[in-house]
Amino acid sequence: MAGVQVSNVSRSFGAHKALDDVSIDFADGGFYALLGPSGSGKTTLLRQIAGFDFPDSGRISIGGESVERVPVEKRRIGMVFQNYALFPNMSVADNVAFGLSVRGEAKAVIATEVQRALDLVQLGKLGGRRPHQLSGGQRQRVALARAIVTKPRVLLLDEPLGALDKALRVDMQIELKRIQREIGITTIFVTHDQEEALTMSDRIGILRDGRLVQEGPPEEIYDRPKSEFAATFLGDANIFRGDTTGNGIRLPDGTAIAAGAGAKLAAGAKASCAVRPERIRIATDAGAPDTANANMLKGQVSKRIFAGNNSTYFVERAGQTLKVIVQNTGADRLAEGQDVVLRWSPESTVLIAAG
Amino acid sequence: MMTTRILEWLGRLYIWLLLAFLYLPIIIMALMSFNVSPFYQLPFEWTTEWYASLWQNDQLILATWNSIEIAVITTIICVVLGSAASLALYRHEFRGKKFLQALLFPPIAIPWLITGTAMLIFFFGVGIGRGLFAILLGHVALALPYVIVVVSARLQTFAPELEEAARSLGANQWQVTNRVTLPWIMPGVIAGGLFAFAVSFDQFVVSYFLATPGQTTLPVEIYAAIRKGFTPEINAVSTIIIVVSMALMLLTARFFKFGGEK
Repeated sequence: MAGVQVSNVSRSFGAHKALDDVSIDFADGGFYALLGPSGSGKTTLLRQIAGFDFPDSGRISIGGESVERVPVEKRRIGMVFQNYALFPNMSVADNVAFGLSVRGEAKAVIATEVQRALDLVQLGKLGGRRPHQLSGGQRQRVALARAIVTKPRVLLLDEPLGALDKALRVDMQIELKRIQREIGITTIFVTHDQEEALTMSDRIGILRDGRLVQEGPPEEIYDRPKSEFAATFLGDANIFRGDTTGNGIRLPDGTAIAAGAGAKLAAGAKASCAVRPERIRIATDAGAPDTANANMLKGQVSKRIFAGNNSTYFVERAGQTLKVIVQNTGADRLAEGQDVVLRWSPESTVLIAAG
Repeated sequence: MMTTRILEWLGRLYIWLLLAFLYLPIIIMALMSFNVSPFYQLPFEWTTEWYASLWQNDQLILATWNSIEIAVITTIICVVLGSAASLALYRHEFRGKKFLQALLFPPIAIPWLITGTAMLIFFFGVGIGRGLFAILLGHVALALPYVIVVVSARLQTFAPELEEAARSLGANQWQVTNRVTLPWIMPGVIAGGLFAFAVSFDQFVVSYFLATPGQTTLPVEIYAAIRKGFTPEINAVSTIIIVVSMALMLLTARFFKFGGEK
């Protein structure tokens, strides 16, 4: 086991900068998600860490050892590929045994280790099958067993759950997390699925156009996004743009929106505020003044989407569509076309400098 | 209902006509190799004397062994060089690769008569001259493009992540090729090998240009024999070759499941 340090790594393909001065510190034993849209550089970064490709500049170290020029077969990593990449000409057991066998381990050792790895992924009885006889979820487990049986220093996962259907994906998320905890291996996980990143990882790094946009624990990135991109890519957010007033902004129509304590930007500059849809309260009239929820806007419901446990309201206000999510508490539902008042607290408002 | 049945019947008839067209001449030839009359005269009288006299025909037997030897060596050389070339073309990007790949096809289309003439002139020019070694070189040059084309086609169905997965598990280049890539392309390698064998064993034109009276191959020898005067020994040797090559083909098809992936 070992931590991974990526320092100032850049990689270009022709004129395209796939990675631009990326630095991340992956601590020993952690579960990291690299999250970003396609083309953001997350897979390129994973391939640099794996050793399939070398950076143009910058350093990569695994367990304190510099590896940026070491090829993949000498890096002692484990990797799970998007389409599993199981060897079709070998049985499940031979697939798992491959890494030990190319290292010249003794047959008895291989047999014990392979059985242990298959038991860990709950496929102890399927060693004799061929990959094409397995379901998608089972192949996924074989790929995982094959990657960890060699006791790699770091486990790399390239969108491993992308090919599974939704129900199976949730099962595998829990399973993957259990196995990772059990063996305590540093795990780096590439995904474009924000929910997967939120539920599984200890820390998330968000990439965009080859740059690291923000990095931190899921709660921190969700609650305190540092850019509009981070706010809207990880979860949903209503974005208001205007001029800063120091600890909030003033919208073009003069309405003031206050952000939480601690938010400070030089007054007069352009800035935006982000508010999560579930933090906004929706009501049919203004009611009594509410100091806790000091931010208030009036609008009109244009659409309601009922999703069982909650409803999403789309509220039109000064040419902007705002999203509000309300838990299903059995209270009266609002009709489309109804005039409403939205309220939320400054603490639920994140002030973001324009950039 | 009625039309479907007629169509079905016509379809079957068509298949049988096709098979007859392909096999009737061969079957007649095989039968005649067991007939007493050397002039195809009926009624049919059973004999194995042509096979016995074939056994006495040293020239024909020598030519047969020459053909088999050359075909086997050609196959081995072409399979090794061709598979290696296909892997290199698959794995690496280099300057002029497209051009090189395009150059592989014309030799397949160039008439053998022209290739044969060119080789004869070239081999004389560089001092190799004629003979079995020249024939072997010629056959390798003729068969190699077939192997590369067939193995490359098979490689197009290979998932490159498999090699990456093997490397991530610590396998070096040799282990990756041996344990992961080769098993996958094996049906292509076998099919390419069969092509190479067939190109060499059936080869007449190029061999005819490069053969010398003592050093010749079976097709050239048969042609020379027919010109001197036809004997049922030719029928006999042809029948043996047909039986052996058909058995070889059927066995290969049986064991390597062409087309299907299991």
